[in-house]
Amino acid sequence: MNKPVLDCKHISFSYHTLSGETKALKDISFSIFPGEFVSIVGPSGCGKSTLLSLISGLEKPQSGEISLHLEDKKSIGYMLQQDHLFEWRTIKDNVLLGPEINHTLTKEKENYALSLLEEYGLFQFVNKKPSELSGGMRQRAALIRTMVMSPSLLLLDEPFSALDFQTRLSVSSDIGAIIKKSNITAILITHDLAEAISLSDRIIVLSKRPGEVKKEIKIKLSKTDETALSARSAPEFNDYFNLLWKEISDEYE
Amino acid sequence: MNMNNALKECSTNESITEISEMQTEFMKKHKRHHHRITFFRLFILVAFLLVWEFCAKTELIDSFFFSSPSMIIDYFLEMITNGSFFSHTGITLLETLLSFFFISIFSLICATCLWFSKTASELFEPYLVVLNSLPKSALAPLFIVWLGAGMTTIIVAGISVALFGSIISLATGFKQADSEKIKLIKTLGGSRMTAFIKVVLPSCIPNIFSNMKVNIGLSLVGVIIGEFLAGRRGLGYLIIYGSQVFRLNMVITSIMILCAIAMLLYQSLQWAEHYYLKKK
Repeated sequence: MNKPVLDCKHISFSYHTLSGETKALKDISFSIFPGEFVSIVGPSGCGKSTLLSLISGLEKPQSGEISLHLEDKKSIGYMLQQDHLFEWRTIKDNVLLGPEINHTLTKEKENYALSLLEEYGLFQFVNKKPSELSGGMRQRAALIRTMVMSPSLLLLDEPFSALDFQTRLSVSSDIGAIIKKSNITAILITHDLAEAISLSDRIIVLSKRPGEVKKEIKIKLSKTDETALSARSAPEFNDYFNLLWKEISDEYE
Repeated sequence: MNMNNALKECSTNESITEISEMQTEFMKKHKRHHHRITFFRLFILVAFLLVWEFCAKTELIDSFFFSSPSMIIDYFLEMITNGSFFSHTGITLLETLLSFFFISIFSLICATCLWFSKTASELFEPYLVVLNSLPKSALAPLFIVWLGAGMTTIIVAGISVALFGSIISLATGFKQADSEKIKLIKTLGGSRMTAFIKVVLPSCIPNIFSNMKVNIGLSLVGVIIGEFLAGRRGLGYLIIYGSQVFRLNMVITSIMILCAIAMLLYQSLQWAEHYYLKKK
């Protein structure tokens, strides 16, 4: 087997406030391999987002070890729940925010960004403000902003949760296809089980707070094509759904 | 203001397609309302001046104490011919603009420092609150002793009136910048400094403009207080001097000029904001 991109060993993390300590994560261990799409599901408040913050280096684990095997640390891309496009910038300036911050803005980068915008059907909005885009287009623009940095590991923190159901289906399918095509390793956090099954190669189920790895499920669907929409109509889809639902609903009892 | 912009957009959009009858009717109604408001605004002013003039002429009020529009105009023309209008108004305007300039710079710097250091912000909070609620005119006599009676004292008085409130309001505005957007900057590899320049400052531009509009008015207040106590020239000095020698024409004319200055200063900031938003 390949060398893992990410190795998490016995990670624990707590939040401290004056009213007490909240254990968010407890003894989490897992590995992610190159090119994999892994979803992390779990009951709300089980520390899923905390886990991503730890992986991206925004927070430090209180115990345990996270080892990344990437070319450099900057090649982690992070997508947040909201698109957070800046209203005072055009779409082009928004997607070029990353290179601008890292002082790596070159003509090539700019052309790359423009080609991505064209590929994902946003080219006509290059010089428009975010307010002129629909929710789905905004989320796609946010993905391009992440992709411009050419990440080799992509962290997705419920990136579709702010969208309405129909947009959510099509955008998650689009974004799934984009990620598969560019062969990026991705970790998706979601509470939508169907979304997790349709997009992932593997699903990690966390228990309720403090989050522990409860189960890992490999997903193998007999799909007609590579889109997330066709995955939803695969014959095994329901079995996986029921299996996941059982694991999660145990946690709510 | 917004309503007008929306309407403007509407009309440009509509001109591309066809303008319906109801739309023209709506536009007409809006215009009529707008004209009516402008008319009655002017009417109130003219009526007030006419009643004032009439009462003064018929000696219903004593024009020695209350002056009259015609006397004010006479005095105003006299001020222009002997040049005192330019020197007094000029000096007040200069002092106001200087203190406004210093307030803007200082409060921006201080609010930025408070945003960067949470400790500093916690440390200085009670001091800022006390200094902000203190009646600043109480400080003016101190400034005179420390700095002498002159322009420096007047400008410092102008600064003192608005500075602390301005720092508090800017710092609050900075603090309210979206923390998720700051997180985004961090995930893209940016520092806290980058977050300030790319997120906090641009998102606070409307806040900064409204803060400046408050400051320009307050610095005029401070400068007039300063001139009352320490001025040898300026409109504040004219008002105090005129009341002491019972030349109420001088007092009221100066107040009228002050009205005009206050409006002009506010309006120029309004224009600056408008220009900035348009350019964007």
